Amino acid sequence: MTQYLIRRLLIAIPSLLGISVILFTVLALAPGDPFEELATNPAIPPDVRAHLRASLGMDDPVHIRYFAWLSSMLRGEWGYSFVSRIPVDQLILQRLPTTVAVIGTSQILALCIALPVGVYAATRPYSVFDQVANTLAFVGFSLPTFFTGLLLILLFSIHLGWLPFVFRSDIEATGWRWWWEMFKQSIMPIMVLGLFQGAAWTRYVRSAVLDVIRLDHVTTARSKGLPERRITIRHVVRNAMIPVVTLVALQMPAVFGGAIVTEQIFRVPGIGSLLISAILANDTPVIMGVTFVFACLVIFFNLVADILYGWLDPRISYR
Amino acid sequence: MAGSIPVSATASPARRPHVGPWQEAWRRFRKHKLAVASAVVLLMLILGVLIGPFFWTLPIDEIDFSATLQGPSLAHPLGTDDLGQDLLARILYGGRISLAVGFTAMMVAVGLGILVGSTAGMAGGKTDAALMWVTDLFLSLPQLPLLLLIIYLFRQSLTDVVGLEMGVFILIVSVIGAFNWMPVARLVRAQFFSLREKEFVEAARALGASRSRLIIRHILPNALGPVIVAATIDIAAAIIAESTLSFLGLGFPPDVPTWGRLLFDAKDNLDFAPHWALAPGIAIFLTVVSINFVGDGLRDALDPRRVQ
Amino acid sequence: MSRILDISGLKVHFRTDDGWVRAVDGVDIGVDRGETVSIVGESGCGKTVTAKTVLKLIDMPPGKIVAGSIVWQGRDLVPATPAQMRAIRAKEIGFIFQEPMTSLNPVYTVGEQIAESVRQHEGLSRRAAMDRAAEMLALVNIPNPASRVHDYPHQFSGGMRQRVMIAMALACNPKLVIADEPTTALDVTIQAQILDLLAEMKQRIGMAVLLITHAMGVVAENAQRVIVMYAGKVVEEAPVGPLFATPLHPYTQGLIRSIPRLDLAATEHQRLEAIPGTVPSLLHPPPGCRFAARCRHATEECRAAEPALRELSPGHKVACIHAEAIAA
Repeated sequence: MTQYLIRRLLIAIPSLLGISVILFTVLALAPGDPFEELATNPAIPPDVRAHLRASLGMDDPVHIRYFAWLSSMLRGEWGYSFVSRIPVDQLILQRLPTTVAVIGTSQILALCIALPVGVYAATRPYSVFDQVANTLAFVGFSLPTFFTGLLLILLFSIHLGWLPFVFRSDIEATGWRWWWEMFKQSIMPIMVLGLFQGAAWTRYVRSAVLDVIRLDHVTTARSKGLPERRITIRHVVRNAMIPVVTLVALQMPAVFGGAIVTEQIFRVPGIGSLLISAILANDTPVIMGVTFVFACLVIFFNLVADILYGWLDPRISYR
Repeated sequence: MAGSIPVSATASPARRPHVGPWQEAWRRFRKHKLAVASAVVLLMLILGVLIGPFFWTLPIDEIDFSATLQGPSLAHPLGTDDLGQDLLARILYGGRISLAVGFTAMMVAVGLGILVGSTAGMAGGKTDAALMWVTDLFLSLPQLPLLLLIIYLFRQSLTDVVGLEMGVFILIVSVIGAFNWMPVARLVRAQFFSLREKEFVEAARALGASRSRLIIRHILPNALGPVIVAATIDIAAAIIAESTLSFLGLGFPPDVPTWGRLLFDAKDNLDFAPHWALAPGIAIFLTVVSINFVGDGLRDALDPRRVQ
Repeated sequence: MSRILDISGLKVHFRTDDGWVRAVDGVDIGVDRGETVSIVGESGCGKTVTAKTVLKLIDMPPGKIVAGSIVWQGRDLVPATPAQMRAIRAKEIGFIFQEPMTSLNPVYTVGEQIAESVRQHEGLSRRAAMDRAAEMLALVNIPNPASRVHDYPHQFSGGMRQRVMIAMALACNPKLVIADEPTTALDVTIQAQILDLLAEMKQRIGMAVLLITHAMGVVAENAQRVIVMYAGKVVEEAPVGPLFATPLHPYTQGLIRSIPRLDLAATEHQRLEAIPGTVPSLLHPPPGCRFAARCRHATEECRAAEPALRELSPGHKVACIHAEAIAA
């Protein structure tokens, strides 16, 4: 297992390098000097400009520029925001916890929907429940997150008036009232992301369980006189989790995409809305930094998925 | 279990008249009722946005301050926006863009996928390993942030060359395509590996068929079914991607009423003009859900491995 | 000797898109305490379905027990509830499957999988159940049982996995073990070892064995009584000696002639005979004797009415109207 872990870690490094090459290529191919704004913008002091140009080595050959850029990225020297002149890493670190919390909670919600519904549907294939669940799942992941968000606002904020539709980070209340307000304003962003992922995962779980349920070892389990519930959990769902983990890992980029949209709709102060506002303000260092962070997050979650996979499937770690 | 009742397998083909693969696919597709219904809805949507503007001739940008933010009425079946522009006309126009983006981006993705997949499948060895590594890498790229980054960086210069609307179209279509080719590449490559050793390919090779001929005549047709399914899903993904960009205010220029852009404009007026957001939202949803259902039906019909 | 399992008039049909497949169509099989009975026949003759139906391990639907009874120690299992069936599975009747490579769950150690049924039926603690699992592995001659209980199925070879399956089936001391083609998926050299192991277990534990196979050679060496099935029906039943000495049904004769025999091959130029034709469709079985289309003795009479199973000599039953003429 340790060996497997180390190997997975070693595989993650080239992926990260690959992504950094793609990022850098995009940046290098971009017409004009993305930092030309520096030259014309009087708001930026000359020493900052000089420091930036030097740290990016704008006039060196491409591969030297790449390594210089990579090493400054790795050292956390991501430059300063053009707009707020706060270091980019600091700006991102401030906002990252919110994003991770929203994504994390919504994924748990998605899991809580997908697992029971997918398993129940697959154990009764083509039943009414299965058909309804399957159709709803299709509808669920065909509804783009930006539209679900607007629908929820329309229903819960405007029509019913139950929930606030603007996320506020400066709630005055303290103690449990603070938690209550926080809870109320988090419901919709989490629902939007969670329902979308839940719908996609339900289909994964259902098809994985359907694949496992007809395998020979399930009949063996039945021949041992185990209760049906135990067979489903221990011999079907447990095995079906192996392909599901892979599919879920493949979905991670889409999850982050959904998070950006959701943060934008509800004005959640996470790195997604930071990215959008940076683009609208032509704030290149922030755009680069956030994109890099998203790339790292995807790689990180892929790594987590790999580890889970190795833990779920004993055959893997011996290979 | 299957081994104990093989008689059913041997008995059934004899009972049905012999049919070609496409008729067989059509027979299986028809069984998926939702897919058939979706195909009808989708055809109506396509016809609607293609010929609709010839019948509904209100201009998309006629500003009428006497009729702003009106709900649905006879004069404006889907209501008007804050400038009194007719929403039906705008949605029909936006639909053309969405569908054009969807189809073109799908072509780019399928083209790239076939190129990468057949190169990897034909070459094998190190080239294959490298290309598959790139494929995996692209699968783990954070697409939306990169999409935003690329459009942010390249939009201006491309616009200078081919004009604003065309520039954005080319950019969006190629970038979305460049992020969606991976499933097709994998499918084509897998087809190569499973078919490379089959007799008829061996025979064709022995008869001296050239590589490109081998790919075009023998291997691609066999990969066609799964690729069509993947392509269908790609259209839906591209439409969602374009709408997302527009919804974030970073897609087509503000005066082009794409569905996502309409939603972007409508979202701050939700409390007093919900119709403005509902119409384009439902249009996107209907298009995407029907494409997805058609894709599901096609999977049943064309991808026999997946049939249960 | 007393009968512990008595299957009579069993009909199991499967629903398909084209209609009902009559996989098992009126079968009588009895097993006495401590006896080894073998069901033999080509694939698709309904022997596996019959075996699985005893423990209700077929999928229902599409499967359905249309008629008949399965009396286990005086109680009919056909109307038994799922909970009653669970109490019998593994505890009273153990089952060994055909495919050792896929019949074990790849994500649990073999010890856990053996312990699972022990814990289910005897309420042992996890620790005690694992100890029992190790004992069982030792019993089926797996070296280093104490450490191998912690290994996963993929760390065992096919033959070793089948030993594990046998250990699992025997873990709760069942009175009957149903072995469904236990050697078909294995290498020839391993096949003999597994059959020897089964025989050894039977001597030690004294359970009855219902051995399903398509190989006549396996039958000859292992069974006391043989039941020959064809197209969902029993065509002949006899103690093993008389069956090989004087097979009465043309199908049985064909099966026996298709066994390669080294002694004959060495002396005279005896050709290995295959039975011509294929098994009829069980969707629309022909009227009359189902073997008629492939039988060289078939007459109009055979095709008109289904032959009944008749007892010609004590314990020797056959479903062929020409049996006496053929034997003579």
